[in-house]
Amino acid sequence: MIKNRAVFDAAFSLKMRQEGLPPFVPLRFDARLLWIFPPIPLIFYLRDSAHKSKLPSLSRHSLNMADITFNRPAGKRVQLMATCLCDAFFDDAAAAVVEVLEHLGCEIDFPEDQTCCGQPAFNSGDWNSSRKVVRHALKVFSGDAPVIVPSASCAAMMFHGALLAFEKEPDYPAMEKFAGRVWEFTDYIVNGLGIKKWPGRYNGTVAFHRSCHSRGTNTGPAALALLESIEGLKVLPFGESEQCCGFGGTFSVTFPNISKSMGELKLDHILAAAPDQIVSIDQSCLMNLSGLAAKGGRPIKTVHIAQILRDALKNPAK
Amino acid sequence: MKFQQIDQYAAHLASDKRASVYGGTKSGYDARLRALTTSYTAPDHLRKLAGNIKQHTIENLDTYLPQVEAKLQSNGVQVHWAGDADEACAHVLRIMRARAATKIVKAKTMVSEEIGLAPYLEKEGIECLETDLGEFIIQIDHDHPSHIVKPIIHKNRREIATSFEKNGLGAYNDDPQVITLRARQFLRHKYLEANVGISGANFVSAESGRLVLVTNEGNSRFSIAATKVHIALVGIEKIVPKDRDLEIFLNLLARSATGQQLTSYTEFIRGPKSTTQPDGPEEMHVIFVDNGRTDVLADECRPILRCIRCSACLNVCPIYRQASGHAYRAVYPGPVGAVLSPLLAGKRFSEMADLPKASTLCGACNEVCPVNIPIPDLLLRLRDRGKKEKSEAAAAATPPMGGFAILASSPLLWKTALKAGVLAPLVPPSVMPAAGKTWVTTRGLPEWRGGKFRQWMKNRKKS
Ligand code: SF4
Repeated sequence: MIKNRAVFDAAFSLKMRQEGLPPFVPLRFDARLLWIFPPIPLIFYLRDSAHKSKLPSLSRHSLNMADITFNRPAGKRVQLMATCLCDAFFDDAAAAVVEVLEHLGCEIDFPEDQTCCGQPAFNSGDWNSSRKVVRHALKVFSGDAPVIVPSASCAAMMFHGALLAFEKEPDYPAMEKFAGRVWEFTDYIVNGLGIKKWPGRYNGTVAFHRSCHSRGTNTGPAALALLESIEGLKVLPFGESEQCCGFGGTFSVTFPNISKSMGELKLDHILAAAPDQIVSIDQSCLMNLSGLAAKGGRPIKTVHIAQILRDALKNPAK
Repeated sequence: MKFQQIDQYAAHLASDKRASVYGGTKSGYDARLRALTTSYTAPDHLRKLAGNIKQHTIENLDTYLPQVEAKLQSNGVQVHWAGDADEACAHVLRIMRARAATKIVKAKTMVSEEIGLAPYLEKEGIECLETDLGEFIIQIDHDHPSHIVKPIIHKNRREIATSFEKNGLGAYNDDPQVITLRARQFLRHKYLEANVGISGANFVSAESGRLVLVTNEGNSRFSIAATKVHIALVGIEKIVPKDRDLEIFLNLLARSATGQQLTSYTEFIRGPKSTTQPDGPEEMHVIFVDNGRTDVLADECRPILRCIRCSACLNVCPIYRQASGHAYRAVYPGPVGAVLSPLLAGKRFSEMADLPKASTLCGACNEVCPVNIPIPDLLLRLRDRGKKEKSEAAAAATPPMGGFAILASSPLLWKTALKAGVLAPLVPPSVMPAAGKTWVTTRGLPEWRGGKFRQWMKNRKKS
């Protein structure tokens, strides 16, 4: 089809208009051609040779980040990746995750040898170091059960970031298989287990900070739906809710000035709505915001969404 | 290097500049959202469709470029190819010399900025006057644009009034209407004096060779109507396959850039004036500019060539809002610039490799981009490259990750560290690693509870 321009063009535009999403035609990359024609950055070369054969091929997921869709396993025998922040600081959030999942009838396996998702190194540009950590996770979370991660950011690292970092690695297929089992916690509850309304009661008001790494995934809507379905809980709107909290992992220490200003701005908006607490799907955003708030003399309570879900279960609905 | 340059720039940015940038970007963001959501029920599908059309086009440039060249020629347009900035400037100069022309009126084009056309021509004794109001203000101020669509986003009207006064454009008056009127009066004469009009092109259809220009001031129309020669500077990635494709791109561009349904002026230019037309340029030239773009095409980051320069990613970007466009040290600022500028820098990549680090990877840019460019992924790829090429600019203030990797790939060390972490608060800040020091000067640290969850899990199993 590619060879015949007319056919391709017709099919291309027709399909696109009809389906909204065109089929992407992946390019074949033949490394041998690089030998014969080293890439010459000349427009003339581009115009009169088959430059396409020299373009490195890009996998589908690296062309359109927001198109991440998986047919993930959704059984109730699950593996829990607690995340390094919960491991080091926020044990109660992780405990809440366990209690919530058990309430839903899940059987939880917590692989003792787990460490981190490798994101700190990945984001700071050290992909070599990152792959080392990801390979460890790959080993620890073997099998085919769903892997539940109570963090949009660590989950995205596992089902998207790692795929980028492994694109040219021999164990890419294994990585891809692993990525296809990873769920963010609330996404799993709503879209994996099909739960739309959360039982129990939770009195109070919250500002819901959508973790940025949930963009383009089902996590944000899932978490919000769960929160809004809880009796007694009011989710308060606040200004510029689409903006980032300024954490960004090592960004917070590499760009300390910008990071701090972003966080302060986020706090300004949230505090103006005067919620009892800030809730998020990511402990890292919360750690950043509560740390800034405390240092700035305007402390605010923060809570992981799992803690709210668990505590709601303790109070019967009226 | 101890500090990241963009972070330092932001730290020293005057608060009124930051306020101007914040106001301008925020209003741009709001207008975009309103325009897209009131017009379409599923704007996201449109963005993806547009992205796929553009991706297809850049991957098939070897077909579309010869096609557009043939079309343009049959429309009576002279086509020139420029491999780099110098070649592009030289083409313009040659055309000027052939007609013994000395005066240019120029509409807004980012490519001319990129190739440094105005300073090049000035040295040759040719006047190259900006006719877009924002760019005109930049020109009389000897400043640089700091935004793609709103080049003077960093300026307030008092500054502009002052520089008008300094440049003999009337006594101080900071009423925007007066400023606009004065610029208009000054420029009107200039159009008539000029011999050549220069423009860019937002799109070029490979099917018909039509150039499409969008503006809100009508200045490009004046530039072309009043002069005998029209030169268009066009980046090679500006092609769209068919006229029909313009429908989606024009709809998305205006809404994403300025929140309009359609810009005030949309010009479709097929060639020089025909024998039956009373006015218009007798000669038309299109200069296709590569200037590093084929290198980008050969790179994994090539989706950035889909960019239609709408600035939506600048407007939404929290880092751009804090640091302003000049912090990016290049013609293209913001998220798109953080990807494009290091790539276009060629051999100087390493010097610009800190740009991709100026992002929390929050993904807001990807979410608003009308051609759905996965900007965060491209930033990440460039970070990897910066690290591999040992860029000093990129490495500045970045905590080393080697130790972390060893720790996080050995369960035994990891568990030991979890226990040992309790001692962290006892470490005096003076002997802390730099990253820790930075954290504790801006934020409180949560209580260390390493290993507590693991213990809880164990106890639970037993009971
Ligand atoms: S990268 Fe996307 S959002 Fe940014 S200027 Fe280009 S088209 Fe617009």
